[in-house]
Amino acid sequence: MSVVIIGGGHAGLQVADSLRSGGYTKPVIIIEDEPELPYQRPPLSKDYLAASGNPEPLPLRTPSFYQDKDIDLRAGVRATDIDRDASTVTLSDGSVLNYEHLVLATGARNRELACAGATLEGVRGLKTLEDARALHSALATARNVVVVGAGFIGLEFAAAAHAHGCSVTVLEFAPRPMGRALTPTTAEWFARKHQESGIQLRLNEGIDHFDVGPDGRVGAAVSTAGTTYPADLVVVGIGVVPNDDIAARAGLQTQNGILVESTLRTSDPSILAIGDCASYPSVHTGAVTRLESVQNAAAHGRHAAQTILGTLTNYTDVPWFWSTQGKLRLQMAGIAQADDDVVVIGNPGAAAFSVLCYRDGQLVAVESVNAPADHMAARKLLAAGRGPDPAEAAVAGFSLKEYARAALLAAA
Amino acid sequence: MPTITYVQPSGQSDTVTVEDNTSLMRAAVANNVNGIVGECGGQAMCATCHVYVRPEFADALPDISEDEEEMLDCTTAERTDASRLGCQVRVSTELDGIVVDIPEGQV
Repeated sequence: MSVVIIGGGHAGLQVADSLRSGGYTKPVIIIEDEPELPYQRPPLSKDYLAASGNPEPLPLRTPSFYQDKDIDLRAGVRATDIDRDASTVTLSDGSVLNYEHLVLATGARNRELACAGATLEGVRGLKTLEDARALHSALATARNVVVVGAGFIGLEFAAAAHAHGCSVTVLEFAPRPMGRALTPTTAEWFARKHQESGIQLRLNEGIDHFDVGPDGRVGAAVSTAGTTYPADLVVVGIGVVPNDDIAARAGLQTQNGILVESTLRTSDPSILAIGDCASYPSVHTGAVTRLESVQNAAAHGRHAAQTILGTLTNYTDVPWFWSTQGKLRLQMAGIAQADDDVVVIGNPGAAAFSVLCYRDGQLVAVESVNAPADHMAARKLLAAGRGPDPAEAAVAGFSLKEYARAALLAAA
Repeated sequence: MPTITYVQPSGQSDTVTVEDNTSLMRAAVANNVNGIVGECGGQAMCATCHVYVRPEFADALPDISEDEEEMLDCTTAERTDASRLGCQVRVSTELDGIVVDIPEGQV
């Protein structure tokens, strides 16, 4: 009897680690299809790409971790099927593993462009260490970079490419960048900043197709507006698709990811799903939610381990995210929606401010730009279900940090 | 190559040898030192690599940036004058032999 974890990302590793620190003594096996030792993903689209960047990946855990903790890491093999009646997982190398608990931490894969020219050399996504290595070396010689999609990955990459001295165009079919995650207030501020920095951010303009260059690689991107942008390097960042196929084939409920209840168990109580691949009921959105973030992966991992160890509680952690785009540090706590009411505190003109998001008069999210104290205060307030009322926050000189200190002291 | 000693709340310690200019966080993660998480990968975003630097090394430490300053206010374990984020302290010859204490909790 053992725990089998499919996926060696932040979520999968955290389950294994938390199981061992929680006293679990039976076998723990991690199946990871990438051949590398599991590594940190966030720096791949940020520091790792800098001209001065350290091209060495940061391992999530050291090789000795797996030995010391007696964790059986099977890297470079894929889990192909789950047999729930037999409680087994079949791997691509033909082996069959028995499980008592199965954790699906399968993550997500990049959504792929279907347009003409999308498979030309020089067009690629950014997800894995292999992608980041290829892009880091491509940036050394690239001149004209086109980024498809103004989401976090696209804009982080755009800022890195711009810092390398490349001419950068970002195509975004929506009217605002990062529109799925940010309020219009913050999104529009970022759009202006990127444009001022010299990045060409083309909104309401998607990709139509790519033209081949004289060398057989990509030569240009042609937008839905009919404009041709020369390109010797294209990065596609148009979101991800949860890896839920293996769960669906096994008859587990899926719907934009693998459906779990609030203890992170799927419709089969011996199988859990966590991280990017899991859709869970969030007390912070009041809806079934699927998040793509390190915080969500690690916190789900810790929670899943507790569920396996027999402590059944509801997952309620406050979601938080970050993105660094050039000199701009964006931190988000809670989940904002486009139609939330907002109060801006701090000084957007000086690139240090936060946007407080309200729904039905309740503080639900805070977006902070170069304002980490606001962000940390927001995380604590949202966890406690508290927050200033909008009128109070709107008073000149309002400090979220001071408010949180007083409010949380009073509550303690 | 400089060495770093991490002292656990239990008193147990690990001494590791690292390449010049390695951060306290990275060195800990790379050497399987318990109690330092480094969830954000070293970007001063998560405050899960909080350490207490022994006072005799304080003078050789880099200054605390504004970002680190604000994140330090929000660590899980109590902030003291000795508190730093491990990802923001790179260890070179001036800090050779540095000793840091690991707090009770990071998350």
